[in-house]
Amino acid sequence: MRYSAFSIVRNALSGNLNWKPQWRQPQPKSHYDVIIIGGGGHGLATAYYLAKEFGVKNVAVLEKGYLGSGNVGRNTTIVRSNYMLPGNEPFYEFSMKLWEGLEQDLNYNVMLSQRGVIMLYHSDAQRDAYVRRGNAMWMEGVAAELIEREQLKKMIPFLNYDHARYPILGGLLQRRAGTARHDAVAWGYARGADRHGVDIIEHCEVTGIRRENGIVTGVETTKGFIGCGKLALAAAGNSSRVGEMADLKLPLESHVLQAFVTEGLKPCIDHVIVYGGGHFYISQSDKGGLVFGAEIDGYSSYAQRGNLATAEHVMEEGVTMIPGLARVRVLRAWGGVMDMSMDGSPIIDRTSIDNLYLNCGWCYGGFKATPASGYCFAHLIARNDTHPVARALRLDRFARGYAVDEAGAGPQPNLH
Amino acid sequence: MASLITCPHCGLRPKEEFAIRGDASRGRPEPMDSDEAWHDYVYVRANPRGRTLEHWHHVAGCRRFLVVERDTATHEVYSVVDAAEFARRAAQ
Repeated sequence: MRYSAFSIVRNALSGNLNWKPQWRQPQPKSHYDVIIIGGGGHGLATAYYLAKEFGVKNVAVLEKGYLGSGNVGRNTTIVRSNYMLPGNEPFYEFSMKLWEGLEQDLNYNVMLSQRGVIMLYHSDAQRDAYVRRGNAMWMEGVAAELIEREQLKKMIPFLNYDHARYPILGGLLQRRAGTARHDAVAWGYARGADRHGVDIIEHCEVTGIRRENGIVTGVETTKGFIGCGKLALAAAGNSSRVGEMADLKLPLESHVLQAFVTEGLKPCIDHVIVYGGGHFYISQSDKGGLVFGAEIDGYSSYAQRGNLATAEHVMEEGVTMIPGLARVRVLRAWGGVMDMSMDGSPIIDRTSIDNLYLNCGWCYGGFKATPASGYCFAHLIARNDTHPVARALRLDRFARGYAVDEAGAGPQPNLH
Repeated sequence: MASLITCPHCGLRPKEEFAIRGDASRGRPEPMDSDEAWHDYVYVRANPRGRTLEHWHHVAGCRRFLVVERDTATHEVYSVVDAAEFARRAAQ
């Protein structure tokens, strides 16, 4: 399906009844060179870059639900590259650069809005920490700006600057960061992959991984056995379950993260604002709803729903930062299952099985990483070699003592 | 997620009083056990979908460590026992 001004007029005149699907609904073939388990953002991006950049076109993406039903449609749509550690920052900056060219690359409007992400600080110590993080970003060639209180008051006048416990003293701003329309990212990658010949097979759940002589030969699915040359796992919150089918033991725990959206308002919040007194982030969608979230609920869970006490805590944080939020009504809340890794950083690596590749551990930073995750995973699958920006994101880093622990929280997945 | 946890010492309490440490299904290796055993203990998780055992610390109550058995898919809580009692039972 191609879009143009002409096609909008033509379809309007025919009652919008003749739009075509954006991707095919193929029956699975008996064998593919590469099968990707998981039709979320990362799986679709992997398939797209495999076909487009690495010339591997005989690819299938297997999705147990409908396309975009998982975390790619359940996040708060923030894209940024304001990480501190040298193992993370080049990867996320690579992702940010891919975001900046994504609409041209896909010829699809993902509504990337580089409105700036500002992280607030509330004490001198926190200011020091953000100066350090900003400097670490500059070291990797990424612009960061420290915005002091008076300047911030002009930018964002409605914050609670004089809160007794968490006064707002300023913030660290990345201007290139912002938001993107999450569903459009899934659809754009799906259409792009489909055009390059990738079979996207929805409602096809993998029930087993068949191995012979130590290598994967294919997968058992609800649509029968499908053979493959290489198998790639991009199953996010269900990575442990899929990994178990190949006897992989993973450093992951699945946790639930909630997100919320309010009724539509006139434009009021111009940036993505991150509260530093706790952990709370908010932005305004193009439709006008305020989209916000905070931390995971804290207990391991596979249910795509959260706890009311956490919802209350999130609201309290929001109102502490922006008192005016108390007047806004929440329309919807939802939960997603996060594959929390033991250091809070992702894993893109080979496994102990030669032709089985692993992409997991996205914690709650998966959406912003979608393009780089797909690109680096495709690089790994096609060339059997780690992409330079993903060198630190190895599965064996825990055993080797090279954890990439951005939060400094240790091997405690519910604290990352 | 069940909002109430029956602490064996304090009775029915809201779950916000507890801090969750995580997986309680495996014992701590001996100090001189292999690096692999320690790596598995510290970093690898079974991460089951279904019944799971977890250490919960009743920080705003009796401050005892408890072992909570619950379901990660339905959020049903099956049992809550004191961690010392749990260890005694496991040793038998």
